[in-house]
Amino acid sequence: MIRISIPPTLRRFFGGEDVVHVSAQTVTDAIDQMQGRFHGVRERLCREDGRIRGSVLVFVNDQDIRFLDEQNTTLRPGDEVTIIPAFAGG
Amino acid sequence: MDPDPPRDERLGPDIMPMSENQGFMKALKCRECGHEYPLGATHVCEFDFGPLEVAYDYDRIKTQLTREVIARRPQTMWRYRELLPVAGEPTVGREVGFTPLVKADRLAKRLGIRELWVKNDAVNYPTLSFKDRVVSVALSRSVELGFKTVACASTGNLANSVAANAAAAGLECFVFIPHDLEQGKVVNSLVYGANVIGIRGHYDEVNRLCAEIAGKYGWAFVNVNMRPYYAEGSKSMGFEIQEQLGWRIPEHTVVCMASGSLLTKIHKSYQEFSKLGIVPKTPWKIHGAQATGCNPITQAQKAGLDFFKPQKPNTIAKSLAIGTPADGFYALRVMKETGGSGDDVTDDDIREGIRLLAECEGIFAETAGGVTVGVARKLIAQGKIPADSSAVLCITGNGLKTLDAVVGHVGQTREIRPSLREFEALGVADGAELVNA
Repeated sequence: MIRISIPPTLRRFFGGEDVVHVSAQTVTDAIDQMQGRFHGVRERLCREDGRIRGSVLVFVNDQDIRFLDEQNTTLRPGDEVTIIPAFAGG
Repeated sequence: MDPDPPRDERLGPDIMPMSENQGFMKALKCRECGHEYPLGATHVCEFDFGPLEVAYDYDRIKTQLTREVIARRPQTMWRYRELLPVAGEPTVGREVGFTPLVKADRLAKRLGIRELWVKNDAVNYPTLSFKDRVVSVALSRSVELGFKTVACASTGNLANSVAANAAAAGLECFVFIPHDLEQGKVVNSLVYGANVIGIRGHYDEVNRLCAEIAGKYGWAFVNVNMRPYYAEGSKSMGFEIQEQLGWRIPEHTVVCMASGSLLTKIHKSYQEFSKLGIVPKTPWKIHGAQATGCNPITQAQKAGLDFFKPQKPNTIAKSLAIGTPADGFYALRVMKETGGSGDDVTDDDIREGIRLLAECEGIFAETAGGVTVGVARKLIAQGKIPADSSAVLCITGNGLKTLDAVVGHVGQTREIRPSLREFEALGVADGAELVNA
């Protein structure tokens, strides 16, 4: 299973859960599976063309997927996925 | 249909209901979809993750804020307080701002431009960077919302400012920084008694951790959950530029970019003053400056793209080393809409920029200032800032904090014994006029 950490902003769309588990091959698969269980999740994370919004950051095992294979990044059992809002300057 | 946004703990412990005093603020509003939220400690739209921004009651502000009213007030950034997001009188950083706007004739001659001004936030109070502006707003608002603990993710200057202003306000403070920051910036946070946490990673990793911490602990993270208020503080730099120029908008403004927020807020300050009739609406161009070792925004600008590719930073300009700039998209839009441009400079050019500013104007800027000067020089040489025009360079931090970056590059002292013969042997005074016996 793959462990996905849900940010506070989105938790009410996940029934209040801070972590969900999916069995997926890629990040896109994982989003599809979450959408199947929690309606409305995809439109919050993705634009109309299906690409992840610029304001959403996704990390797989602490690696930003924009430095990997973006939404096609492969997931393996035991992987940890973190979703957070884009962050700001300092 | 989407449910209404919740009122939850993210609003802060003691948030006032919307019907009570909220100053000239109306709501927090998503920059993407326009959804409105109460004026609490939250920064992201839950419908599309878009950033939230403070919406103001401009009709009411217009009846109260005039040049005359501003001119009667103390010379601090708070003389524009109707356009800053606090409900009442500021309680933190009341002396911040109104830094000098220096007419830089010698630098203008070196760069080949008719008229040049330097907005010198290297001497901002109390911690010598423009971050004192954003922090005084964020902490004043944090106090209004009832927070006792404040925090930030920082490349250094923000940490210094949060630590100092929190100490003065009696607030508990946590700052999170990359572990390899310049010593000057580390010491300048520790001295105020802040909890300084060094993270073994670059700034984007520090920021990611803080986004997670902010989601778990009930602290006011100035550049996370307090970001809508914090970012607005940058406008005061633009308000001051317009007032100090004699109530006008500069033709060209060059701004360094990390997240890109400062550039967008200076643009907003020009929009607000002209919309309120405080200055005449004349055309302006805003130009963005980055280091070549971390140039996601200027790389996109030069390629004509409206999106950027994230980068792993590698530059001496550590205060600008953000590879995934949150406001990059909006900064690109401002440059495009105003007809401005962007460029970046190498580490050697950054050091040369620092030297130029210091030798011509007596202003010692940190590495980000070297970026601004270096890029301005390039843009003038390319004709993107015409030689017969007028420009303002925004200098955001003090060189005393980034000595590591220039040590060994700005000449060396020559050591002698206390002997006139040894001094004359150096030859440095050859040809100098002698005092008559």
